[in-house]
Amino acid sequence: MQEMVNVYFFGKQYSVPAELTIMTAMEYAGYKLVRGCGCRHGFCGACATIYRIKGNNELKTCLACQTQVQEGMYVATLPFFPTDKRNYDINEVEAKQKIMMELYPEIYSCIGCNACTKGCPQSLSVMQYIAYAQRGDFEKCAEESFDCIGCGICTSRCPAGISHPMVGVLARRLTGKYIAPKSEHLAERVEAINSGEFDSLIEQVMQKPIEEMKELYNNRDIEK
Amino acid sequence: MFTAEMLESIKKVEATRAERIGMEPRRMTAEEKDELLRKFHPDYRQEGFQELKVGPNKGEKVPFELGTLLHSNSRIKDVPIDLNHAAYDVDVLVIGGGGAGSSAAIEAHEAGANVMMVTKLRIGDANTMMAEGGIQAADKENDSPERHYLDAFGGGHFAARPELLRRLVMEAPDAIKWLNELGVMFDKDKDGRMVTTHGGGTSRKRMHACKDYSGAEIMRVLRDEVWNRQIPIADFTAAVELIKDDRGQAAGAVLQNMETGEYKVAKAKTVIIATGGAGRLHYQNFPTSNHYGATADGLVMGYRAGAPLLYQDTIQYHPTGVAYPAQIFGALVTEKVRSLGAMLINAEGEAFMHPLETRDVSAASIIRECKERGKGVPTPTGFGIWLDTPMIEMIHGEGTIEKRIPAMLRMYLNYGIDMRKQPILIYPTLHYQNGGLEIGGEGFTKAIPNLLVAGEAVGGIHGRNRLMGNSLLDIIVFGRNAGKAAAAKCKEVTLGTMNLDHIQAYAGELEKADLHTGEVSPLLLPKYTFGMPK
Repeated sequence: MQEMVNVYFFGKQYSVPAELTIMTAMEYAGYKLVRGCGCRHGFCGACATIYRIKGNNELKTCLACQTQVQEGMYVATLPFFPTDKRNYDINEVEAKQKIMMELYPEIYSCIGCNACTKGCPQSLSVMQYIAYAQRGDFEKCAEESFDCIGCGICTSRCPAGISHPMVGVLARRLTGKYIAPKSEHLAERVEAINSGEFDSLIEQVMQKPIEEMKELYNNRDIEK
Repeated sequence: MFTAEMLESIKKVEATRAERIGMEPRRMTAEEKDELLRKFHPDYRQEGFQELKVGPNKGEKVPFELGTLLHSNSRIKDVPIDLNHAAYDVDVLVIGGGGAGSSAAIEAHEAGANVMMVTKLRIGDANTMMAEGGIQAADKENDSPERHYLDAFGGGHFAARPELLRRLVMEAPDAIKWLNELGVMFDKDKDGRMVTTHGGGTSRKRMHACKDYSGAEIMRVLRDEVWNRQIPIADFTAAVELIKDDRGQAAGAVLQNMETGEYKVAKAKTVIIATGGAGRLHYQNFPTSNHYGATADGLVMGYRAGAPLLYQDTIQYHPTGVAYPAQIFGALVTEKVRSLGAMLINAEGEAFMHPLETRDVSAASIIRECKERGKGVPTPTGFGIWLDTPMIEMIHGEGTIEKRIPAMLRMYLNYGIDMRKQPILIYPTLHYQNGGLEIGGEGFTKAIPNLLVAGEAVGGIHGRNRLMGNSLLDIIVFGRNAGKAAAAKCKEVTLGTMNLDHIQAYAGELEKADLHTGEVSPLLLPKYTFGMPK
């Protein structure tokens, strides 16, 4: 006999198998999801969810696709939250503190409540990465925010109106483009290909009869 | 959180671990691989397929579930659509909001075209976002594009279209450079050298990564760039059929709002299908690593309009999907786990194969180990094989797992499994559609003028099996190329009168073949309501 639990979707009670996630439990109950469901494996941030266990006043946040149902769970999904993204030209900006002040001045209004960090389903130190952004330490902000999936729970909990995921992506793009060391070998290879250095080599391989290709493939040396 | 039986088996894995460090299991010979695939790869199970009765590939084999969609009528066969009132009128219409579609939109915009994107979910709700392990490019001194070509051509059973594969490998380094310049944070050492590893079937270490969030990092940057450029996106809007003009050219698409059901017409001088894969069709009842919208919509729309498919009968089952626990059944365990040294181990603690054979060979070998040799570990949903993750930190040092594969660590910790200390249970999962719509080297379909395809919806880039890291690569290379080609082409396109005649013509063919599936297509979203999850 399958173990069942009682959960409440938007306040309405359903009895669902205990092994399901919030997302699959909603489907089991008969919801056909359009919003609030993307990759179903914890990478896209579409299924931000708020819940509270009956009799407990603590408000919890999670991803519906990565969280198992529990007895007495009161669930509300958060399929969209108006995160505020500011536009910029990645080729025109500089990796200096000034850019954060210009694009996301509200980060300096952070009151240090840490609600963002408490809400993060990825267990990131969200308030800490905002602090790095305030100081213009983009590399640390990038590192600390790297596993962000952009679900927006932090933003929904922020009394200062900060759009944390947008701050993170700006810091990461600045880091990836301007701060991380350049890959010389990559630039050289692109140039060599563009100058035609590999044209005859690739042509030669492409021209070979299949039997010869098989021979080559089956006997190629493999880097240890 | 393992069962008692699983914990017993783990003891056997632990008992052989020390002696396995530093040893490399033998790779299979070409003949051994061929026989293994014939006997155990799902592509060879006849009951998983049916014969196409209509359309350009009539008489050919197709996965059963895709065949049913291709044998079904259009969602709008009997819906009056007013083609004289176009809600959108653009140069380039991109259908799909993943990595290929976004790359195409960015390049079309860069070239000055009036481009828009439509996606039935949100931009970024796509398989790209879920790609973990990495992206290939031959950019190291001991490597070269023709080596990359040989690895991919052989790994794909010598079936790739040479002109497509050539483009893939020759433009790979530039794709990495483009992404890096957009701000993608690749793993590099302090001197800027890319940290690269092997994937199954690679002869050189050319797998570039962004931890194990490689696809997510790329997708986040592409999405941010699309937003920065303010390229219009109609989200929660599905394309349900292509529109053609009286000269047979692609002329746009009929769109449907996923929430309100309202239909709208998008007129376009060029159309790029970038709709991705088909994992959510659950071929042969496999679970899938794919996102919610992977239902082969582009293949269905393109086929109905007259564009042929290529290699539609070859599917990639990723060898390492989650076998346990049930809550994440079928989710991807990146190949990078094996690149970093974890071995595949059976219930008896034996390393029964080389961990980095190509994906089709690895998947078939795991299926054989469970089904024929009886050395799988029983799970509530079937069987699993151990992926011996604690080896990674024995080889590369403590902290490696958290640093290099944080997503995997997090996913399992959610369910009380610490992969640093205990191995994990895996089994093949439906991962990738090797086949798709046929295109030429410039990205256009051969059958329908001004119709392009990019990304997983294309057939022929990889042949009959794809190497790890060549899909993230193909969405960028062919996405960018499609965007540029469409932007150039639209300047010389004049559209005639728009029509949907092909829908009625196809309906006639179905009628003549006496096909009545009771379904309509494209599917748009899988049917998961009322019942246990897949």
